[in-house]
Amino acid sequence: MPGHDHDHPHDHDHSELSETQLRVRALETVLTEKGYVDPAALDLLIETYEKKVGPRNGARVVAKAWADPVYRARLLKDGTPAIAAVGYAGRQGEHIVVLENTPKLHNMVVCTLCSCYPWPVLGLPPVWYKSAPYRSRAVADPRGVLADFGVTLPKDTEIRIWDSTAEIRYLVLPMRPEGTDGWSEEKLAELVTRDSMIGTGLPKAPKDLK
Amino acid sequence: MTLDPRAAMQAAISVPGVPRDSDGPVFREPWEAQAFAMTLALHERGVFTWPEWAAALAAEIKRAQAAGDPDTGETYYSHWLNTLEKLVAEKGVTTQDTLQRYRDAWDRACDRTPHGEPIELRKEDFA
Repeated sequence: MPGHDHDHPHDHDHSELSETQLRVRALETVLTEKGYVDPAALDLLIETYEKKVGPRNGARVVAKAWADPVYRARLLKDGTPAIAAVGYAGRQGEHIVVLENTPKLHNMVVCTLCSCYPWPVLGLPPVWYKSAPYRSRAVADPRGVLADFGVTLPKDTEIRIWDSTAEIRYLVLPMRPEGTDGWSEEKLAELVTRDSMIGTGLPKAPKDLK
Repeated sequence: MTLDPRAAMQAAISVPGVPRDSDGPVFREPWEAQAFAMTLALHERGVFTWPEWAAALAAEIKRAQAAGDPDTGETYYSHWLNTLEKLVAEKGVTTQDTLQRYRDAWDRACDRTPHGEPIELRKEDFA
């Protein structure tokens, strides 16, 4: 990434923005203060492109784990090299931990507010994801937040919240939708949404595909 | 016109080189979408026309190529961002100095914000 100044190790605990991100924020703040742009309108437009950003390697990783039990075991044991094997090599020192959803356990990732969101894996972060209220509410009332997203889980499913750090990013491995026996990895990947890899949504059902 | 995907598609057609698919522009990184959206907003406010923007961007790309830019398409949005900064200054929307001051303020805000908390600008970030 041009102007990216983050080749140093992530060994400190403050937030990080690349040189480019600093310049973009500066522009947005100045233009907002002068009344040229409305941040809400910008976010709304950007949101329409959230599925158009980045390679979304995560969907391929999830689909492969659904289709291939050996890969699944590797992925859950040590996410970073297993994800690298499908073509995404993270930045140095960055570890991706894969969290497996089961009927008994639903994982949900909160944060991140700076450049630590793993967009090469997940695509563009949702706009609401960066908001402080989302993060604090997700911690206090995960079931309520999930309900806002239209997700209702069985009462006995435990919900676990994960907060990414500069060193550890998370990828949720959602449960494979029913009615997908014998599907190819390519077709399975179409069911994987970004929100299902954050844990704020579930994968699409076969009937949702065009 | 409003800030919507139709306007975005129009922009992607009007400006040469914008990476896009059949639905509209595509971005490699989130900041690219932000830079694009701000440009769209300024266009809608009448700060510049698309031909004017395209000419400024082309000049920026030409300068970069003369300075050894590999011209692989990877750097398209960094030229876009340079153009945006220059053009807003030329149009009197703001100045390069102001942008630099805000950039430095965000840098300070970032440094004092613990990881995981929202980064917000405060008065003290402006030295």
